[in-house]
Amino acid sequence: MAIDSVYTELITEHSRDKRNRRRVEGATCSHRGVNPSCGDELTLELRVENGIIEDAAFTGAGCAISQASASMMSDLLRGKSVEEAGRLCEKFIGMIKGSVTDEAELEELDEAAALRGVSKMPARVKCAVLPWHTYLAAIET
Amino acid sequence: MKNIAVKNIADNFPALRQTVNGHTLVYLDSAATSMRPESVLRAVDNFYRRDGANPHRGMYDMAQRATDAYDGARVTAARFVGADAEETVFVRNASEGLNLIALCYAPLVLGRGDNIVLPITEHHSNLVPWQILARRHGAELRYMYVDPRTGVLPDSELDAKIDGRTKIVAFTHVSNVLGTRLPVEKFVAAAKAVGAITVLDCAQSVPHFGVDLHKLGVDFAAFSGHKMYAPMGIGVMYGRRELLEAMPPFLYGGDMIEDVREQDTDFLPPPSKFEAGTQNAGGAVGLAAAVEYITSVGWEAIEGNERKLMKKLTEGLSSLKNVSLVGNSGADVGRYGVASFNVAGVHPHDAATILNDYGVAVRAGKHCAHPLLARLDAEFGACCRASLGIYSTEADVDRLLETLPLVRRRMNLGD
Repeated sequence: MAIDSVYTELITEHSRDKRNRRRVEGATCSHRGVNPSCGDELTLELRVENGIIEDAAFTGAGCAISQASASMMSDLLRGKSVEEAGRLCEKFIGMIKGSVTDEAELEELDEAAALRGVSKMPARVKCAVLPWHTYLAAIET
Repeated sequence: MKNIAVKNIADNFPALRQTVNGHTLVYLDSAATSMRPESVLRAVDNFYRRDGANPHRGMYDMAQRATDAYDGARVTAARFVGADAEETVFVRNASEGLNLIALCYAPLVLGRGDNIVLPITEHHSNLVPWQILARRHGAELRYMYVDPRTGVLPDSELDAKIDGRTKIVAFTHVSNVLGTRLPVEKFVAAAKAVGAITVLDCAQSVPHFGVDLHKLGVDFAAFSGHKMYAPMGIGVMYGRRELLEAMPPFLYGGDMIEDVREQDTDFLPPPSKFEAGTQNAGGAVGLAAAVEYITSVGWEAIEGNERKLMKKLTEGLSSLKNVSLVGNSGADVGRYGVASFNVAGVHPHDAATILNDYGVAVRAGKHCAHPLLARLDAEFGACCRASLGIYSTEADVDRLLETLPLVRRRMNLGD
């Protein structure tokens, strides 16, 4: 069943992990993302230096899927260039929406690939993609 | 139909006979929308199969049958809530009714420095229109606050908030989050004392107990059909006759006019004045059939079953380890069909997703009542809500109570 592949130890642990749930010191960019229908909300903070994401973290409240997704994204984006991070966000959103399914292609999403089961849970898609959409909106502004 | 046994009611609702993720559906979200009995589905179907002409417009038999069905539905709906047909306007839902009142009546009385008073319990549909109107007219929007632990509204809040500048007091009959019944009689008395008008959102009360609008003495009221076993897209806005007469129309168009000349128009008297264009006649027929269904089961049976289930539900939830009721600690007050709760450490959306895996449907989130949730002591600022309908059974409540202990385990949190 789809939900067994989502509420795994890896994901539930990430959802409660405090490492990435904090303010970013010297943040150069901050953006708030909200799912109005369910009340998930998070503020993503980034410190970008010379086009490289030196640090990424978030604050806010939401379900395990949105929180784990934000935590995994913070890990993934740290150390990447802004453009590379944008490309990974598009790929993650593609995975959740079911348009990117190739295992080898998903490998570069690292732990975040563990959320692919959400693509089979239409009611929760918006929870998983919220942090990634927030990143894309943040770099646009 | 008089002797329908309460335990067989669910058999009248085809949507309840389905399997979800390998389990028989347990539908505990009737406060969001209720399912519809065969008799309602059949009434709507028959209307479109036999009588589906445009009411109030044709000279032929079929149009006359459609007119009779639509006008008859209004009489039935009016009688259901102790109102006259002339005061009963068909709208899409409670939200539209409340918007109509806010947009067409409020501007006649609201000025700079006046105030609108609401309890904090309000659903967004009886809150956002007042917020917008208050801002537009330079009026103040004041809230009467419930005790966040018990969900009860102290009388002192009425005294503190309603004053000589109060023009409108709007309130729900039953809170869609707390299940508590708001003190309508006290609101009406306090509003009358200062010459303010009263607006009742009875969307959450009409499915649960008999409501008599004339007896309550409110000036306006609104409810939806879809929470009382009727189709979606039909509801009622009630207004006292002289108020409806004083108000301008809401929308303009066909069937609401007496005469139109090139430069001006005479409108029909209420309720037609507020029903522009072809109406949801099939929905109105469905609403009347829902009233007949409720009447055939009878309030005594409906309320008796619900009281028994609410006791089992609230006692069961409070006895479960790591489950806590929200806005319902200790106060021994009536709760009407709604119990809100949280599973410790689990966001309500995750809890609801896991319950769904066992076929149990509950609502999770902020329940279109963000300002209320911000005041309640709810983990994650949100909660799960189990709500009952005419068809709910002890077995439904048992299934929820048996399944809840699995939620934390599925989230790898132990028991």
